[in-house]
Amino acid sequence: MKQIFTRKNLPILATTFVLVLLFGTFSVLFDNFLSLRVVTDLFASNAHVGVVAIGMTFVILSGGIDLSVGSVVGFTTIFVATLVGKHEVHPVLAILLALLVGSVFGAGMGIFIQVYQLPPFLVTLAGMFFARGMAFVVSKQSLEINHRFYSAVIDAGIPLTDKVILRAPACIFVAVFVVALVLAHFSRFGRNVYAVGGNAASSLLMGVPVGRTRIWIYTLSGFCAALGGVVFTFRTQAGNATNAFGLELDAIAAVVIGGTLLSGGVGYVAGTLMGVLIYGTILTGIRFYGNLDSSWQRMAIGALLLVFIVIQRLLTRAPAREASH
Amino acid sequence: MNSAPSTIISRFLQSRIVWPLAGLALLLLFNFVFDRAFFEVSTRDGNFYGPMLTVMRLSVVVMLLAMGMTLVIATGGVDLSVGSVMAIVGTLTAFLAVKHHLSFPSLLGVAISVSLAIGVFNGVLISCVGIQPIVVTLIMMVLGRGVALNITGGSPLQVVDSGVLFLGKSFIVGVPVQIFLVVLVFAITVILCRKTAIGLFVEAVGDNETASRLSGVNARGIKVLVYIFSAVCAALAALVSIGDAGSVDPDGLGQMLELDAITAVVVGGTVLTGGRFTLLGSLIGALLIQTLATTLIRQGMDSAYAPVPKALVILVVCLLQSQKFRAQIASLIGNFRKPTS
Repeated sequence: MKQIFTRKNLPILATTFVLVLLFGTFSVLFDNFLSLRVVTDLFASNAHVGVVAIGMTFVILSGGIDLSVGSVVGFTTIFVATLVGKHEVHPVLAILLALLVGSVFGAGMGIFIQVYQLPPFLVTLAGMFFARGMAFVVSKQSLEINHRFYSAVIDAGIPLTDKVILRAPACIFVAVFVVALVLAHFSRFGRNVYAVGGNAASSLLMGVPVGRTRIWIYTLSGFCAALGGVVFTFRTQAGNATNAFGLELDAIAAVVIGGTLLSGGVGYVAGTLMGVLIYGTILTGIRFYGNLDSSWQRMAIGALLLVFIVIQRLLTRAPAREASH
Repeated sequence: MNSAPSTIISRFLQSRIVWPLAGLALLLLFNFVFDRAFFEVSTRDGNFYGPMLTVMRLSVVVMLLAMGMTLVIATGGVDLSVGSVMAIVGTLTAFLAVKHHLSFPSLLGVAISVSLAIGVFNGVLISCVGIQPIVVTLIMMVLGRGVALNITGGSPLQVVDSGVLFLGKSFIVGVPVQIFLVVLVFAITVILCRKTAIGLFVEAVGDNETASRLSGVNARGIKVLVYIFSAVCAALAALVSIGDAGSVDPDGLGQMLELDAITAVVVGGTVLTGGRFTLLGSLIGALLIQTLATTLIRQGMDSAYAPVPKALVILVVCLLQSQKFRAQIASLIGNFRKPTS
């Protein structure tokens, strides 16, 4: 027990507490909220944010940021839809191509960031504009995806009980989470990510392959963003260049709620899962309430983020960390 | 050191605004060769019209935001909330004008006080509580958009106040009013920054906060001040923007403009890590991006593709500031010269 309740674990413990509190409150307020179906829906309808946020976790752990993910999601949806709809490519091939494009795009940004020592904020900002623009180049019109494969994927899922099925997007989300968990905490790559985020200069001196790790991190984030886009198409069965506008900020918010510090080196992949679920619980709660419009949703998320960050800051009043140059 | 006349030239060549200015000049040269109509200015009812004036009009909102953003970035921070501040101020002023028939001075008062409050909120959380600027202003961005949507329930509004419409649509001696506004804000800011010690303090805080605090600069106060200034700039930008459009869409107003403002600042030569800043550079940066977009659209590019050239400009500017890239280019030019010499 003592090992769990340490100062280091405080942020993620607080996140878990908030999630339980939120879910508990909604369960008391609304009938039918406390059910397996709501939980599986929570995973399914937030799968694309979740997948993207998990990729973002690695970037933020390394002390960077990736603003391009929302645009990459948008690009991927229209890219897959165009390949399947207009060029009659099989969806599996289209999806693999999209994942490749996303990864290569991420790697490209990583190379610029690493080789020329450019600020991640600006390189990924450029990446965000570029990917969004390219999405419009692919197609300005929204495009439906009609293919047997898609219908099959949408019907597929793991039956948990007689009535509740864990749908494909949720399965992908869970799978990505498990892989990321292993990658972050039980692999050399994961340790390198934490080392780079903790202190890039000392890591370099200690023989950590900082450059390679950084490029892989952005590749991973690009891959996750493309996968998020694929998941998005499973939900909407359509591609649109304007999809997932501003998703990068949702993803960053989920990571930050999850207790990962934007300064790098501190945080957990599990925290991000909590962050995404908190996000999703708020949205679901508001939907259960019924007549609330999206303005309340945003204010609730903003206010919650605020309260949470201030608490987190007060809890971890360690020596103030100056930005490293 | 150099002799007198060459110092001026070398000082100019070493200043930060050389690159954005060169880029702008290149674009204008391109237009001069391929699209002479770009420079045409016509007069209608004594007012000037033409592509160049349109570019300036379109840049005004980003220019106003970029001036606030410049000082924020100079302290080593960033303000992602300006788009949402625009949405709140724009929606609120339009709403008050429609429902409560407030006069223009009171609308201006409301706009300034709302933005002051948001600026103080951002600044205090950043400097006193010690939360990272990107987190605080991201929260404000999400929260603020919600507040803006909540004012009208998300539905768009008509702008009825004649003062706001005057800001966005009218002309003084033939020149659009908002251009005068930018010049006015720029002049005031430059005087405040360069004729008082404020600019120096901002740069000191951005360069090394601890050192500046130890040498007696009120670092916290300076930080709060720049976020207030940024929010007030956003409020002015909101008034211009809704006056120009004649209507307010709480969901769309200011959407993603924070990123355009950051782009303008960076293209203008102010480095994201803080320290030295150039307000004129940021204005030129905003103008450069808009000129590029307009030029490409006039050359037949679809306006939906506009983000792509913007991305390339950011990348080129970043590369030009990278020492490694400069060294590579230098050695490339060196290799190129060797055989011939």
